[in-house]
Amino acid sequence: MFQLAQLQIRKDPTESCEADNGFCPDWIADNFDRYVDPFFQHLYLTVIAMAVGFVISFALAIVAYRRRWLINPVTQVTGILYTVPSVAAFFLLLPITGRGNTTALIALVAYVLLIIFRNILTGLDNVPEETKDAGRGMGLTDRQLLWRVELPLALPEIMAGLRIAATTTVGLATLAFFAGAGGLGEQIFADITFKSNVIVAGGLAVLLAAVLDGLILLVQRLITPWTRAVAAR
Amino acid sequence: MDPGGGGTVSTWIAALGQFGDAIDFIFDERESPAGGAQVGGLAETWELMWQHLKLSGVSIAIACGISVPLGLWLGHIGKGGFLAINASNVGRAVPSLALIAFFVAYIGVGFTNLMLALVLLAIPPILTNAYTGVRQVDRDTVDAARGMGMTGAQIVRRVELPLALPLIFGGIRISAVNVVATATIAPLAGVITLGDPIINVNTYGDEGRLAAAIVVALLAVVTEVSLGAVQRAVTPRGLKLERREATT
Amino acid sequence: MNSSDSAQLSGPSSRPAAATLEFRQATKVYPGQSEPAVDGLTLEVPSGEICVLVGPSGCGKTTAMRMVNRMIDITSGDILLDGRSVKERRPAELRREIGYAIQQIGLFPHLSVADNIATVPRLLGWGRARIRARVDELLKLVSLDPHETRDRYPAQLSGGQRQRIGVARALAVDPPLMLMDEPFGAIDPINRERLQNEFLRLQREIRKTIVFVTHDIDEAIKIGDRIAIMQRGGKLAQYAPPAELLMYPQGKFVEDFVGADRALKRLALQRVRDVDLWKAPLVRVGEPVREARAKLADSEVPYCLLIDENGRPLGWLSEKGMQGERVEPELRSKAEPVLELDDVLRDALSDLLQEEAQYGPVVDHRGQVAGVLSIEMLAHALRTDPEEVPSGADAAA
Repeated sequence: MFQLAQLQIRKDPTESCEADNGFCPDWIADNFDRYVDPFFQHLYLTVIAMAVGFVISFALAIVAYRRRWLINPVTQVTGILYTVPSVAAFFLLLPITGRGNTTALIALVAYVLLIIFRNILTGLDNVPEETKDAGRGMGLTDRQLLWRVELPLALPEIMAGLRIAATTTVGLATLAFFAGAGGLGEQIFADITFKSNVIVAGGLAVLLAAVLDGLILLVQRLITPWTRAVAAR
Repeated sequence: MDPGGGGTVSTWIAALGQFGDAIDFIFDERESPAGGAQVGGLAETWELMWQHLKLSGVSIAIACGISVPLGLWLGHIGKGGFLAINASNVGRAVPSLALIAFFVAYIGVGFTNLMLALVLLAIPPILTNAYTGVRQVDRDTVDAARGMGMTGAQIVRRVELPLALPLIFGGIRISAVNVVATATIAPLAGVITLGDPIINVNTYGDEGRLAAAIVVALLAVVTEVSLGAVQRAVTPRGLKLERREATT
Repeated sequence: MNSSDSAQLSGPSSRPAAATLEFRQATKVYPGQSEPAVDGLTLEVPSGEICVLVGPSGCGKTTAMRMVNRMIDITSGDILLDGRSVKERRPAELRREIGYAIQQIGLFPHLSVADNIATVPRLLGWGRARIRARVDELLKLVSLDPHETRDRYPAQLSGGQRQRIGVARALAVDPPLMLMDEPFGAIDPINRERLQNEFLRLQREIRKTIVFVTHDIDEAIKIGDRIAIMQRGGKLAQYAPPAELLMYPQGKFVEDFVGADRALKRLALQRVRDVDLWKAPLVRVGEPVREARAKLADSEVPYCLLIDENGRPLGWLSEKGMQGERVEPELRSKAEPVLELDDVLRDALSDLLQEEAQYGPVVDHRGQVAGVLSIEMLAHALRTDPEEVPSGADAAA
């Protein structure tokens, strides 16, 4: 049968709230610092995975944008990486990279590649034809066109992809403890029947996802001022 | 072979060995490292996989039963867009582990309770895609249908639903893969699936754990690919497939 | 507006402000096609003139234009810019010397107006102060307020404003040649007329060599110094100044394309300012009626024109307004249609007919009355000897 890990995180099982596995604000206040390190570990995993994933996807997208034949193979491969459940991925990597942050990060990075890659390409493909024509006609080289016109105009789409990637990565990082990388999931797993524990750990994860989402949205608003310009007539 | 890379090479060779052991586990029964019971072998593998599929399938079916009609209806009347579209954003922000833990803590363990959690997990992508699928049907087409005298229900059944099918199946595909993945941690809620060898590694051993990981990965890929084929099959030939999916 | 050397103010180089362009048997054949898109096009555009390429869709006019800046490669033959083959130049470099304005304008949505215009200057490494000065200069040149416009985004502008920015952007580095592909095509007809007039006013000041593509023969006649009529298969049917085209069309295609109403089209070759306008009897509210009547007797126009303090027309005065000692603001009809000195006669006639008016007050660019135009005068212009008709962009400024 199954075994629930029952690390004694409840200090005083005679205390009625804790004995009932209830929602105990006192316990939460006393024990909050046990969640701090896992929170930052969670944040660390998410941010690093996003950064590495973005760099790889970006490079792939730039190359595939000019050599269209690459799009399909890259999409297939990143698609498979995306489909393989992270838990399975952690253990598939275990023999090769062992327990720890590296394994978790590899799996997390593999997951976001498809999302970001696809969004960058869609953003680039949505640049209006006449804008590119005008740019080329003015004497912009292909590279100048890409960096000065196409990429800036693809930014909204790219940022949307990053937002999706961020929230899903936070979700997946909850399982990172399977790979020995800690995170808030480890706390949830420590006592899965204790409501206070689940709410705080789970709540912090949701909070992290929401904050990252909001931050990226904020950055998007800041760096794309033209999308806010209302047609003045 | 670079002699200096001996460490890496041997790691890879060892890894290969472990994968071999895992494949072995799938086919041959052996005694559990914890002693007492027999683990491994095709029968058990098949049993675990079946449980896994059963849990996933039922959850997805129920989620479809709820989301598809709801999404179609909301899309048809054009209301509730905020809910339908942001359902996915909110759903994404809640980690599956947290969701399951929440259910276990508040409702308890067991197949039904876990299934509820999985249904909740599966609803957002299908709902969002069903809604968006209907909304993006050309308004002129719907107008023509109304002009021909079709009732609301007929329009949904004969015009909006067929045209929205590709996106709906896209959503089902996303949900199915998510549910299959999440069913891996079902043992935490007392339901035995392919995740058992992963979570209870003492009973099954390292080879068992790796074997389960392999099977789960394959299962997920097969789900994705087969539903992808279904999605292509239900796309009316006239429609272009270049349409972006509503969620990822 | 500025003096005529404003366009050369920040000009970059040793080459003259306006280039010569020559097509020599320029041909474009797309692979897999049996018919050429452009077939042996040969013509010369002298420095400072507007050459209009006009024809039905599919005649290759846009293709021919895009061959000049190598957006489309030349299959055979050559195109010479100031005597030098464009095939020898590196495309990006070549294009920075040629102004390029297309129908959909193609402003960069993510850049402000100022940054849009500054694109090529930045590529060429101009200093920030120089760029800023040039942007303001160009905005004034296209009749926009630099202060108000420079920091706006394209999404905040009207179609007409965007079109002007597109032209300003094309003029940014004072290129010796401009290519314009239906630049007024996306504008509504009313504003298109105004933009055409302003464009011609601009050209009088800066005198660039321009290749202008349009499908509208009336626009071609109004704007072009020389017109190249092209027909399907990319062949040149006739290349001549507008007057010659109207008087001596070569061949049935050109005749049909120019249209049977050639006499009426000739009206597009003259402007209101070219005609001897009638003197308007101008009165203001409160003026002594006796003086008003004196002016009326002196004029060939049967009614007094009421104007405001700034000299702008308010309407035609009725008898009632002249009953008392002083002029009262009693109008028999409104001032419309108010015509401009720069309007072509054809447009003026159509405005008068639309308002069912016999007379129309003519104002200068400040809006003050300069005279009156009547339908009678236009009828006379129709009968004028064709030889006396001047060509498009010329006019005593």
